[in-house]
Amino acid sequence: MTAAAHVARLGGRGIAFVNELGRLAAFAAQVAAALATPPPRVRRCLDEIHDVGVLSLSVIGVSGLAVGMVLGLQGYNTLVRFGAEESLGTVVGLSLIRELGPVLSALLVTGRAASAAAAEIASMVVTEQLDGLRMMSIDPVHYVIAPKVLAFVISMPLLSSLFTVLGLAGGYLVGVLFLGVDGGGYVSSVQGSIDVYEDVVPSLVKSLIFGLLVAMIAAFRGFHAEPHSAGVAAATTSTVVVASVTTLIVDYFLTALMGV
Amino acid sequence: MVEPRARDLWVGLFLLIGCGAIAFLSVSVGGSTYRGPRGLELFVTFDQVGGLKPRAPVVIGGVKVGQVKSIGLDEELRARVGIDVDGNLRLSTDTSASILTAGVLGDQYIELTPGGEEATLGPGDEIEFKQDAFVLERLIGRLVQSLGNEDGKGKEEEE
Amino acid sequence: MEGAGEVAEALGVEITGLRFRRGPRVIFDGLSCRFPAGRISVVLGGSGSGKSTLLRLIATLERPEAGEIRVGGELALSLGSAEALRRYRRGVGMMFQGGALLNSVSVFDNVALPLREHTELGEAEIRAQVHRIFEAVDLEGVDELLPGQLSGGMTKRAALARALVLRPRLLLCDEPFSGLDPATLRRVEALLLGVNERFGATLILTSHHVESTLRIASHVVVLAEGRAVEGAPGEVRASAQPEVREFFADVAEAAP
Repeated sequence: MTAAAHVARLGGRGIAFVNELGRLAAFAAQVAAALATPPPRVRRCLDEIHDVGVLSLSVIGVSGLAVGMVLGLQGYNTLVRFGAEESLGTVVGLSLIRELGPVLSALLVTGRAASAAAAEIASMVVTEQLDGLRMMSIDPVHYVIAPKVLAFVISMPLLSSLFTVLGLAGGYLVGVLFLGVDGGGYVSSVQGSIDVYEDVVPSLVKSLIFGLLVAMIAAFRGFHAEPHSAGVAAATTSTVVVASVTTLIVDYFLTALMGV
Repeated sequence: MVEPRARDLWVGLFLLIGCGAIAFLSVSVGGSTYRGPRGLELFVTFDQVGGLKPRAPVVIGGVKVGQVKSIGLDEELRARVGIDVDGNLRLSTDTSASILTAGVLGDQYIELTPGGEEATLGPGDEIEFKQDAFVLERLIGRLVQSLGNEDGKGKEEEE
Repeated sequence: MEGAGEVAEALGVEITGLRFRRGPRVIFDGLSCRFPAGRISVVLGGSGSGKSTLLRLIATLERPEAGEIRVGGELALSLGSAEALRRYRRGVGMMFQGGALLNSVSVFDNVALPLREHTELGEAEIRAQVHRIFEAVDLEGVDELLPGQLSGGMTKRAALARALVLRPRLLLCDEPFSGLDPATLRRVEALLLGVNERFGATLILTSHHVESTLRIASHVVVLAEGRAVEGAPGEVRASAQPEVREFFADVAEAAP
């Protein structure tokens, strides 16, 4: 192909991307409208919170602990060179609450729950379950999509906080119990460095936003999947990729916005 | 398939421990005893704040008891610093505030030195006694000047 | 609330000049046909001839580019308001090819869903109605099962039950005979005949199974080349039209 053709193709991709964003925004508006419309599907919401939150607990728990332990180890190794190992709590606490908690739990939830959600929605499209709902005059967005999105938005901050708490525990485990950092020192440096308004609130806001984004991407991809079995797989993998990258990019902007 | 009742139990449990984690982080870990209703807000007016930044620590004897909330100019164009400290502190009215530097080139912070008066500072009060920030450039400037003078004297003597 | 003539008045469907495209492929180009009220009609045709699409168009799940679809005299196409669309769809029951039951919900809850959404009935009354429908389609002991746990035949019957639970005046069935062994096939045939007699609804089926359909249908529409050839089963079978002859020849070849 000629150079001009390549450039034209790039332009075409760019336009397609903006188009896609527009469709995503329109879809998001549909979901928002559905959430505002009665009847509230409490039963469906609770079921979805189970699928997103409860089923992610073990992943979040183990990973949070592991990450905290690594932070404890790495943090210690670095701080001990300056004789500053008593500040381990500060290092572990701040890293977790501001960045690693919200971002890592969002990525883990994306891999587990968002991919499952996209796959489920896509297979409902393929097996005509959504059409079945339409024939019963039930809006699929209201019945299937909106409860899922709400479940993500509710679960994400909770999972992120659990991740952080377990991470702090992991840091304590390694730092205090294995490497001999003073326990009281660890705890008080954690307490001293984390502020509710400056750290906890922004961290919760971040995970709320991540939850919303990840859920919308999964729902959008699943809903608009190609109506055959390869379409389900494509919807699932693209959800994980797009949601993960989006989380990381948005994290930068959020951090800058809420920044120090 | 997990029975609906059991599922609901898990969801409830999840919501509970999740909210518990948030509460834990907010209250016992991030517990702000400085800001809001549990804190004590005080003001100091300096001639020079140097590199002092908001959120810089406020310490007594090396122990963090609060942080700098705001730095601005008052009507006479002097630097007015607002600080939030632990609400449980009883600070005498002759407490003094100094701006110190951590290390030689480190961040600047405020050190409070308690006085002997019986009366204590209340919310919104001014700390009367203060010591301005130390600006490195000025010291170097004076040093260069004084070195220059010595040289000058030396030269005069030679001539 | 039992017995024949339960339905106030069955609906006939008239299609005129239908044009529909899927991507670059033209599926219908000026299709016209009719489905008489209160009878069992079957749409025959090879793969890709548009059988399912025709059903979906009648169900308003798709919109044609041009043409008219009149159901019971009313234009199904012109259903602009959401309310009119709701009312129409409640009068139409659709049985999807794979059943299309909600996978994460029990069979009972699946069939009860239309009742829970669109009526003010209490749980006890809903339970009674659902069990009555189960009886009508010869399904029992499936209440707590998930759709994934049902056999092929049971899935079809559960899907039929859901389509019937609101006593529709028009019942659309997409490939109700697909994937069934001969014995189950006969049962489903009998079931559909029974439904037509008992509830008096108009039935429109799509199928590959020529033999079954010729057994139960009183009106046959063969789709070929985007157009229709219709009439009573005997007429169509004996038709001299080349597309129709070709279709029946292909079917005869493929038959074991």
